[in-house]
Amino acid sequence: MTAYILKRVAIGIVTLVFASIVIFAVLEVMPGDPARLMLGINASADSVETLRRQMGLDQPLIVRYLHWAGGMLTGDFGKSFTYSSPVRDLIIERGVVSLPLALIALFLSAVIGIPIGVFSASRRGKAADTAVMGVAQLGVAIPNFWFALLLIYVFAVWLRLVPAGGFPGWSTGIWAGLKGLILPAVALALPQAAILARVTRSALLEVLGEDYIRTARAKGLPRRRVLLHHALRNGMIPVMTILGLQFAFLLAGTIIIENVFYLPGLGRLVYQAITQRDLIVVEGIIMVLVASVVFINLLVDLSYPLVDPRLRHAR
Amino acid sequence: MSDMASNDTQARFRDFVRAALANRSFVTGLAIALAIALMALVSFVWTPYDVAHLVVSDRMKTPSGMHWFGTDNFGRDILSMIMVGSRNSIAVALVAVGIGMGIGVPLGCWAAAHGGWLDEAIMRLNDVVFAFPALMSAIMITAIFGPGAVNAIIAIGIFNIPVFARVARAGALALWPREFILAARASGKGTTLITVEHIFPNIANLLLVQGTIQFALGVLAEAGLSYLGLGAQPPMPSWGRMLFDAQTRMMVAPYMAIFPGLAIVITVLGLNLLGDGLSDVLDPKLRRRR
Repeated sequence: MTAYILKRVAIGIVTLVFASIVIFAVLEVMPGDPARLMLGINASADSVETLRRQMGLDQPLIVRYLHWAGGMLTGDFGKSFTYSSPVRDLIIERGVVSLPLALIALFLSAVIGIPIGVFSASRRGKAADTAVMGVAQLGVAIPNFWFALLLIYVFAVWLRLVPAGGFPGWSTGIWAGLKGLILPAVALALPQAAILARVTRSALLEVLGEDYIRTARAKGLPRRRVLLHHALRNGMIPVMTILGLQFAFLLAGTIIIENVFYLPGLGRLVYQAITQRDLIVVEGIIMVLVASVVFINLLVDLSYPLVDPRLRHAR
Repeated sequence: MSDMASNDTQARFRDFVRAALANRSFVTGLAIALAIALMALVSFVWTPYDVAHLVVSDRMKTPSGMHWFGTDNFGRDILSMIMVGSRNSIAVALVAVGIGMGIGVPLGCWAAAHGGWLDEAIMRLNDVVFAFPALMSAIMITAIFGPGAVNAIIAIGIFNIPVFARVARAGALALWPREFILAARASGKGTTLITVEHIFPNIANLLLVQGTIQFALGVLAEAGLSYLGLGAQPPMPSWGRMLFDAQTRMMVAPYMAIFPGLAIVITVLGLNLLGDGLSDVLDPKLRRRR
C-alpha cells in the first residue's frame, strides 16, 4: 500500500518535471525576441540589449530554466511584461473564475451522467435504455462551444434569464457570480455527462454479469440494493478514471468556453498571453494547469484502493 | 496451402460483412460517414454557389429556396461553405489520425516487445503528453508555429500519439504470452518480425476502432481550433470559423450558427456510431456490454 502510494507520487513528480522541461523548451523556440517585441521595431539595439539583460534573456538556457522552475517551487512565477504584475497574482485573480467553473462543470457532469448511466444499465435493452443512450450518443457528438452558443441564444437572448457573457466578479456576491458561471458550466458539462453516462452504463453491465451479483440476487436481495450496493461500487473504478480525465478536459475546455462567454479566467488569459507573446505568463498558466491535472489524476489513483479493497494489498 | 488461406480469409470477410450489416450502429454510422465523404468529394466539382464569390447585396439572407441554409455576413451561401468546409475537417482529422498511428503504434509495440526500462520510459513520456489536455497543447503549438490547417494537423496528431501507443501496447502485451507467439519464437523469428507478422495483424482491429474514435475527436478538435482562429485561415471555409462568425450575429441570424454546428454533430455522431459498430462486430466479447 505504502509502496503503491510512493510510486504514484513519484510518477506524478517525474511527470511534472518532464512537463516543465517541455513547456520551457517549446516556448523557448518560439520565434520572435520578446524584448524586441515589447519595445517595437524602432527601438535602438542598446535599449533592446538592456531590456534583454533585465529580463534575464542573456543568461544561458539552463540557468534560465532552473531560475524559472526553482522560482515556481517558492510560488514565484515571474513577472508579466504586458500586465506588469506578478504572474502569480494574475493566476490567482483569473483562477478564481476558472477553477470554480471547472469544478461546477465536473460536479454537473457527475450528478447528471452517473445516475443516467445507472438508470440505463438497470433498464438494459428496454426502450428507456435505448432512448437514453441515443441521447447520450448525440451528447458526445456536440461540440461544447456550439452548445454554448445555443444556450446563449435560448437562455440569454430569448428568455433573458442569465447574462449572455461576462463575469461580474465574486465581490458582487456569490449568487451574481454563480449566475455568470452557470451557462458556461452547463455548456462544458453536458457533453462530458454524456460520456460519463455511457461509461457508467458499460461498467455496470460488466459487473452485473459477475457471479456474485447472481448470488446476491439468489439470496433474495432486492434488485435496487444489488444494483446500488454491490454493482455500483465495483463499477466505480472506470467511472473515477474517466472523471479524473474529464477534469483535465474541462480545465482545457475553459480556454474555448471562456472565449465564448468573455469570462476573465485562466483560459482567456493564456489565449491573450499567447497572442501578445507574453511567454512567462503562458509558461506559468500551462504549468499550473498541467499540475492540477497531474494532482487530480494522482488523487484518482490514490482513491482506487479506497473503492476496491483488493488493491490495498497489491504491490 | 495458399488456396486454403485465401478461402479462410474470404470466409472470415463474409462473416464480417454479414455481422456488420446486421449491426444498426455500424450501418447508420457507415451511411453517415459515406454521405459526408461524398459531400466533400462533390464539393471539388460542384457547389450550389461559389464560396469565393462575395455578394454583398445577398448578405445574411434567411434560408430559402435560393439558399437552403441562408447566407453569411459576406453573402456567401452557407450550404456551399459547409460542403467545402467538410474537406478541411476530414483532411485535418484523417492526417492527424495517421500521425498518431504512424508514430504511436510502433512506439507501443516496441514498448510491449522489449519491456523493462524502455517500456517504462515510453509510458512515462506518454504520461507527460497526456497531462497536457489536447486543446492546450494544440494552442501552444499553433501559437509557436502560427495558426493554419497544417499546424492544426500537427497539434492534433501529437495528441493522438500516446493514445495509439497505449492501445497498441495493451493489445500487444496481451498477445506476447500466447502459444502462437511462442511457436513463432521457437521457429527462430526475432521480435521485430514477430511484431510485424503476428502482433500487428492481431491488434489491427483494436487500432481500427480507436482510429475511428480519434477521427471523430479530431473533427471536434479542429472545429475548436478554427473557432479560436487557430485552424484553417479565411477565406478557406471551416466549420469552426463559421461558428465564430455566427456568434456575434446570433440575435439576427441564428441559422448561421445552426447549420455548421449540425454538420459537426452529424459527422461526429456518424463516426462514433461507426466506431461502436465496428468494435461490436470485430470483438464479439465486448458485445454483451452494449
